Amino acid sequence: MLELKNINKTFNKGTPNAKQALHDLSIHFRPGDFVSIIGSNGAGKSTVFNAIGGSFLVDSGHIVLDGQDITFMPEYKRAVHIGRLFQDPLRGTAPNMTIEENMAMVYLRSNKARSIFGISSKERDFFRSKLQELGLGLEDRLKSKVGLLSGGQRQALTLLMATMTTPKVLLLDEHTAALDPATADKVLELTQNIVKAGNITTLMITHNISSALALGNRTVMMNNGSVILDISGDERDRMTVPELLELFKEKSHTTLDDDRILLTND
Amino acid sequence: MTLTLFQGTLEQGLIYSLVAIGLFLSFRILDIADLTVDGGFTLGCATSAIATLAGHPFLGLGLALIAGSLAGVVTALLQTKMKVQPILAGIITMTALYSINLMIMDNRANLPLLKCETIYSWAAGFLPEDYSKIILLAVIVLLVVLAVFIFLRSGTGLAVRATGDNPDLVRSSSINPHNTITIGLCIANAIVALSGALLAQYQLFAEITTGTGMVVIGLASLIMGEAIIGRGGILRCLIGCLVGSAIYRLIIAIAITSSMQPSNLKLVSAIIVALSISWPAIKEKLEIQKLKRAAGK
Ligand SMILES: Nc1ncnc2c1ncn2[C@@H]1O[C@H](COP(=O)(O)OP(=O)(O)OP(=O)(O)O)[C@@H](O)[C@H]1O
Ligand SMILES: [Mg+2]
Repeated sequence: MLELKNINKTFNKGTPNAKQALHDLSIHFRPGDFVSIIGSNGAGKSTVFNAIGGSFLVDSGHIVLDGQDITFMPEYKRAVHIGRLFQDPLRGTAPNMTIEENMAMVYLRSNKARSIFGISSKERDFFRSKLQELGLGLEDRLKSKVGLLSGGQRQALTLLMATMTTPKVLLLDEHTAALDPATADKVLELTQNIVKAGNITTLMITHNISSALALGNRTVMMNNGSVILDISGDERDRMTVPELLELFKEKSHTTLDDDRILLTND
Repeated sequence: MTLTLFQGTLEQGLIYSLVAIGLFLSFRILDIADLTVDGGFTLGCATSAIATLAGHPFLGLGLALIAGSLAGVVTALLQTKMKVQPILAGIITMTALYSINLMIMDNRANLPLLKCETIYSWAAGFLPEDYSKIILLAVIVLLVVLAVFIFLRSGTGLAVRATGDNPDLVRSSSINPHNTITIGLCIANAIVALSGALLAQYQLFAEITTGTGMVVIGLASLIMGEAIIGRGGILRCLIGCLVGSAIYRLIIAIAITSSMQPSNLKLVSAIIVALSISWPAIKEKLEIQKLKRAAGK
């Protein structure tokens, strides 16, 4: 489904600040995989997502999505197939536009030939029914500016928008980290429902080790720009949080150094 | 102020409101300070004057629209594909336009259009004489407002609006923000050039310096309009452009009838724009002062 082959990326090449963020990284994600990705600060998790999403071009290696080599495809073109959510709930929506305008905007990617006279009532009904699925009451606020919504509401809306036309891959970069615990749970639950309903191949970076094990079918651990652990199936089902941390220590010869790590099961 | 003077003021207000609308698109919607406007306005004057001299006043408006949008495209290409800073991109185009405008005007700094058939003389042929200009201008401006309004609610319009609001969202909607910037600047400058075209035929001459300072004048009108009408929906902002521009022309008319030198008006515009744009920063400073004083007690 999504294959990364020998990816290398060095930032600030040729300067004293040069930093190799990805070291010959190769990994294959299967259709329908829900992969949680964990690792220390600066391990290169976000960099992998940026490479897949096309925020920059990689120095060497290939990225193949569903049989198509997208290594040199510009970011906006990849976006047809790749949905992304970031930690910052403000990144995915336009604050000065209304909820329905934001939705109509991303809906363009599947529906280029929409009416030139504003949003049709058919589209509006579709948006409303989509918003209803979130269960946040946003369906009654189609004409509110998105800037007036709370962080959690905005993130839920972004999730909805990113998946409105089912993407081939969904990239979630700590998308609940900036939310309060109750809202984070709610957004995580919505994520699971949407991913399941669309059978979307999903990669999720998280700092919550227990939810990394609890959610999805596969867990990948990164360190220093490489994948150091990739578990699924029985091995993963039996894994406990302390065992996982121990395994990390063994593989990387350091402890998991993460200022935002969450070990509790809340 | 006499009634004729007042009517003339309104007519000019309508003409210049198009500059404010163009700036609304670039400055407010795209969030780009587009200095192409100074050159683009004169470009509209020049193309309109040349066509009018040749006996084709309406063609003049059409040519101005086309020339203006080309100027917008050049500025957009400079800042998207060539990565020139937006302000500099506008300055480059504006500078180039000075020579191009002179070329269009046959290397004359001033082109009089006396005794030429214009869109206004055409309108005077079938409209009540005293009101023909204002009716014609109102119809044209209304059409532009309507077109911009419809455009900004269309799919492409949404993408253009999102470009100034959150370019990430544009990319993630699989639209190239370079294209939306180009479309936006193209339309904005077409409208500005149309304004110049209407003015040239209205005042019966085109002058190479007409556009100088037009960005600041347009911004002043835009900002005054926002202050009075508010910054709600799109329609509200567009109406604000009309109101702001009329008020600006009114201020000029009053200044001319009083003893003030009309040439001082650009200074006044500059102060209006500087103050209104820096208002949030000034307010913050004042509030901090207030807090400090309160804490000192
Ligand atoms: N645009 C950039 N320019 C320069 N260096 C960068 C850039 N992006 C990332 N890096 C560097 O690459 C390394 C990997 O960063 P990355 O953001 O991928 O880490 P991460 O695993 O997402 O960490 P965190 O858990 O803190 O989010 C870091 O050393 C970082 O400083
Ligand atoms: Mg990161």
